[in-house]
Amino acid sequence: MDMVTLTIDGQKVEVPKGSTVLEAAHKANIKIPTLCFLKGINEIGACRMCVVEVKGARALQASCVLPVSEGMEVITNSPAVRESRKVTLELLLSDHNLECPTCVRNLNCELQKLSEELGIKSIRYPGEKHAPRYDDFSPSIVRDASKCILCRRCVSVCHKVQGVGVISPNHRGFNTVIAPVFDLSLAEVACVNCGQCIMACPVGALKEKDDTDKVWQALADPEKHVIVQTAPAIRVSLGEEFGEGRGAIVTKKLPAALRRLGFDKVFDTDFSADLTIMEEGTEFLERLQNGGKLPLITSCSPGWIKFCEHYYPELLENLSTCKSPQQMFGAIAKTYYAQKMGIDPSKIFVVSIMPCTAKKFEAQRPEMNSSGYQDVDVALTTRELSRMLKEAGIDVSKLPDEEFDDPLGISTGAGAIFGATGGVMEAALRTVYEVVTGKELTNIEFTQVRGVEGIKEATIDVGGTKVNVAVAHGLSNARKVLDRVKSGEANYHFIEIMCCPGGCVGGGGQPILSSEERWDTDYREVRGNAIYEVDRSMKLRKSHENPAVQTLYKEFLGKPLSEKSHHLLHTHYTKRPLYPEV
Amino acid sequence: MEAAVKKDFEFEQKLKMVDEMLEKYRGQRGALLQALQEAQGIVGYLPLEVQKKVAEALNITLSEVYSTITFYSFFNLKPRGKYQIRVCLGTACYVKGANKVLDRLEKELGIKVGDTTDDAKFSLDACRCVGACGLAPTIIINDEVYGRLTPDKVPEILQKYE
Ligand code: SF4
Ligand code: SF4
Ligand code: SF4
Ligand code: FES
Ligand code: FES
Repeated sequence: MDMVTLTIDGQKVEVPKGSTVLEAAHKANIKIPTLCFLKGINEIGACRMCVVEVKGARALQASCVLPVSEGMEVITNSPAVRESRKVTLELLLSDHNLECPTCVRNLNCELQKLSEELGIKSIRYPGEKHAPRYDDFSPSIVRDASKCILCRRCVSVCHKVQGVGVISPNHRGFNTVIAPVFDLSLAEVACVNCGQCIMACPVGALKEKDDTDKVWQALADPEKHVIVQTAPAIRVSLGEEFGEGRGAIVTKKLPAALRRLGFDKVFDTDFSADLTIMEEGTEFLERLQNGGKLPLITSCSPGWIKFCEHYYPELLENLSTCKSPQQMFGAIAKTYYAQKMGIDPSKIFVVSIMPCTAKKFEAQRPEMNSSGYQDVDVALTTRELSRMLKEAGIDVSKLPDEEFDDPLGISTGAGAIFGATGGVMEAALRTVYEVVTGKELTNIEFTQVRGVEGIKEATIDVGGTKVNVAVAHGLSNARKVLDRVKSGEANYHFIEIMCCPGGCVGGGGQPILSSEERWDTDYREVRGNAIYEVDRSMKLRKSHENPAVQTLYKEFLGKPLSEKSHHLLHTHYTKRPLYPEV
Repeated sequence: MEAAVKKDFEFEQKLKMVDEMLEKYRGQRGALLQALQEAQGIVGYLPLEVQKKVAEALNITLSEVYSTITFYSFFNLKPRGKYQIRVCLGTACYVKGANKVLDRLEKELGIKVGDTTDDAKFSLDACRCVGACGLAPTIIINDEVYGRLTPDKVPEILQKYE
């Protein structure tokens, strides 16, 4: 590799040719403030927060888009540089709806942090201010343009990472706004509710629809039997909000925390993930053996489902008809569990804790009421749960270990790995293999489908039948796989698609990292590794060995794909338009 | 009724011409500006139907197309009015209060800059110096220049176009 040597603040730095000055400084541990920069995703030089002085150049240069050259002399900390950054920041603040104490990003905001770090003491440019402009018609995502600093990180994520592309800068100058076409609401365009734009936003201009009030109300209602399920990915992310490291495992703190919030029973979506494997594994075998529609594509990720409905309606028949674990849980809670406990299902209030903003949309889909009621009443994100806990004074890091309740809290390692990309595929293979061959798997770890690579492929020998599988996460990767399927280029039997990069551990409802931290930490990988550690620590690691699931079939459902299963655990999909009507 | 049918028919014809025009740009995202310009040349403005065609032909998102259209003031989202009013916001006119004239026009017509009245009679745009600084502030309606304006003169002028 060709190397280039330059001097930054008197320090010699050697970096590969083609690097930017910002990268060189990063390597030398010299901190240059940034705002629009998001490594690998948004490197467009829009905000000019990262300016530096370059010897021989007349004007200050934006270091995030400035390529290094041999012998270059850079100064990152001169009076001119500091003043320029301050002016830039003050101009941003002068048109910012500053309301930090009540803002969802208070204490986790890049704009706020920069103001502190750059020592902004007053704003010298009182200018015209935008009034608050809300779009809260989407059940998942809320936009508040009055806090937007036009960095375009969300735009890049939506277009490049998710291959969706429903938001862009519209209009120009002071009127510029990041919005869908014709300034419609996100609810009116082909947004998939993934929340990856929220994860990229440095400020409070994008956030989840807050449903915590509904949960507080239910918890305070003595008439209601309020139960909660927690998704696999929460146990490796909630701790982060309470000062535990990235990816800290808090499986046993979760029941303790949720009980202290006042939930009547604390259950686990890992249970219904195991149930999903029973249904989906059986569905796969049936399609494989009876010439059904293949490849079968997983259906647990509601952002992916909506994406398929808008962008690949011709593949809807390939989708597994299985509801997601969240929805299976709700349907079972308001039927089987209600009967077993002798509780009137109309009194049961099901809350789910999800790493995901799209789960809010999913819970509200009109077809998700096979129990006779809305199967899941409220889906909260990890961040919303963390806010509720903080409001109640509950510090997750200080709680004792506790267990989930019976029977819907019993799970296996296979259910747990649903939280990482490749996990659903691996869990399905563990079960499908043993069901088909009747033999015990010697090595249950299908490492070929693990990891953060965007697309993973493998061929697995299942009792003499070669099964071609593919795993994709992040919708732009999903597009590539689907296009190969459509063109006939690939011959897959089974595909796992997760909407968010990394799978649920990287979901749009998870704790948000700053651009700076993301540069050094692949949080999806860290959390994903933790998920596999959870799996390894479980006694049972195959879904079909889950005793509570076995009992559920014995007492209630009969067998996978039974009539009752079909009614409660399976669903159908709807073609949705690519473009809005105006 | 008949007029409406005729209008639809004309619009359909124009959309077909847009399709033909777009053939040469298929798959070329870099050709967005040219394609939009030619499409506007054919249809007169850039409604959603045209934007979709451009997006599909160039293989880009509708959002990118809309973003570009709204960035450049020479693209129109709505059909232009029978009378096109352009308000000069050049320096000379600006100094002499052109923005007050603009405000008044917006108020009288009930539309914002860049828009067209619902009856398709007037459209309103801002523009740069039109070379009549001696008459500042000025507006131009179709080809007619009006100078030394005050907000109060606006209603009178508009009346001429009833
Ligand atoms: S986005 Fe940041 S700076 Fe703006 S109000 Fe919220 S916390 Fe404060
Ligand atoms: S939620 Fe996802 S699809 Fe919707 S705007 Fe954000 S990134 Fe794009
Ligand atoms: S919404 Fe957030 S991420 Fe998007 S441009 Fe505005 S500040 Fe940047
Ligand atoms: S211009 Fe470099 S961080 Fe925004
Ligand atoms: S500035 Fe308006 S005519 Fe010159």
